[in-house]
Amino acid sequence: MFDLTAFVIALLVTAGIGTALGLVLAWGGRRFHVETDPRIQQVEDALPGINCGACGYAGCAAYAEAIVSEGAPMSLCAPGGADTAHAVARVMGAEVEAAEPKLSVTCCQGGHVDMRFDYHGVQDCRAAHVAGQAGGRKACTYGCLGFGTCARACPFGAITMSPERIPVVDWDKCTGCGRCVEVCPRGLNRVDPESYYVFVLCQSHDKGAVVNKLCDRGCIACRRCEKACPFDAIHVIDNLAVIDYTKCTACGKCVEACPKNTIVSFRKQRRARKKAREQAAQAREGAA
Amino acid sequence: METALVYFQIMFLAVFVQNFVLSKFLGLCPFVGVSKRRSSAFGMGMAVIFVMTLASLITMLIYRGIFLHPRLAQYQLDQYLKIVCFIVVIAALVQFVEMAMHKLAPPLYKSLGIYLPLITTNCAILGVTELNVIRFTGESETLGGAVAKSAVNGIFAGVGFTLALVIMAGIRERLDSAPIPEALRGVPIAFVAAACMALAFFGFAGMV
Repeated sequence: MFDLTAFVIALLVTAGIGTALGLVLAWGGRRFHVETDPRIQQVEDALPGINCGACGYAGCAAYAEAIVSEGAPMSLCAPGGADTAHAVARVMGAEVEAAEPKLSVTCCQGGHVDMRFDYHGVQDCRAAHVAGQAGGRKACTYGCLGFGTCARACPFGAITMSPERIPVVDWDKCTGCGRCVEVCPRGLNRVDPESYYVFVLCQSHDKGAVVNKLCDRGCIACRRCEKACPFDAIHVIDNLAVIDYTKCTACGKCVEACPKNTIVSFRKQRRARKKAREQAAQAREGAA
Repeated sequence: METALVYFQIMFLAVFVQNFVLSKFLGLCPFVGVSKRRSSAFGMGMAVIFVMTLASLITMLIYRGIFLHPRLAQYQLDQYLKIVCFIVVIAALVQFVEMAMHKLAPPLYKSLGIYLPLITTNCAILGVTELNVIRFTGESETLGGAVAKSAVNGIFAGVGFTLALVIMAGIRERLDSAPIPEALRGVPIAFVAAACMALAFFGFAGMV
């Protein structure tokens, strides 16, 4: 039987308790009011929400707050790229120069190096790096171990392993988030702006004579690049050629001079990418 | 007026013998989620103590004062309105704590993050209020006595929760630098440690 009185009493009791609590909360809301900028939530909505940390902040929420409260640069989001930077700028009511895309490069060509021993362990570079008293199984103790840890770590699937077991980066997918840099136990990956064209694809600090015997593509510290460079941008430090990108103009003279083809220029590919991007942006603006 | 022994009994039960986390396994979500650092663990514990105490007080008042009121007893409100009203009270209290903390202790508010509003769904809070209803609504209980005992139970249930949480945080801070196998790092080893703690607290069983 439906008891109306009981129904109404129950309703009144619950509503009464709710109302009383609501009034307490309303008072509390006034008393403990904190000014939060509504833009923080809007900026956070404009960010991709991947929480990769490439911007340097602890996730998208933290970066959004930094943008609004501390005036952090608006174009730090690598995966979001130019689109995100513009969206954030729209929220903040400011103009922004989209940061140049950053791309990952692996500084090792893995040239036909002998193995010191058979390795039957966890098929992960970080584990293999520890084997053999932190020398790893390859005769070159600085080179790429080839177990694909960086390929698995890439959130965007941009890294695949070549048949020679060296990582190959697909620059169309790479967002420069830096995960591959973090996971490589030998620090072989580096993320640089797209406008850097010339790279020394070796990280070996072994003496030149040793490298010459071990690897057909390793840096032998012959210094020919150093002598060839008209801008004083490349030096051999500790048996390895190092490029100073503040001085390098990507002229390519060191690339020609290197007898072991250790130094490589990506000028053609990267300029083509930049052109394609600019054309796409122009087409978008033309249509808009 | 009951002797002080009864209150001591309530206190000892709530903190050690029937610790809400380690004996009853309630409130495990914030227990595992906030126990990474001692500072945030302590802050969370304080928030839980506050909510548990006030929730126990208010819900016992509502239960004895409204549901079991002689004039409303015929409608048997305590049978079906209990959980709904208790949850409403707890949710409002947690909202209040959130607002107050956001204003008065912003760093703690930030470090607790999502776990602060999660206190609402923390079954330990509802557990305390339900337990009070079961234990302190006998025929011989005065309203004042029931409310006082509920409040004490609430305070020390919170204290027990904080104790377990802070000890856990201390253990987990040390586990960070211990050689734990990769597969067990993080939450798995935390649960193993919690199980060991629960076994240890089992030693208090039967004392009161």
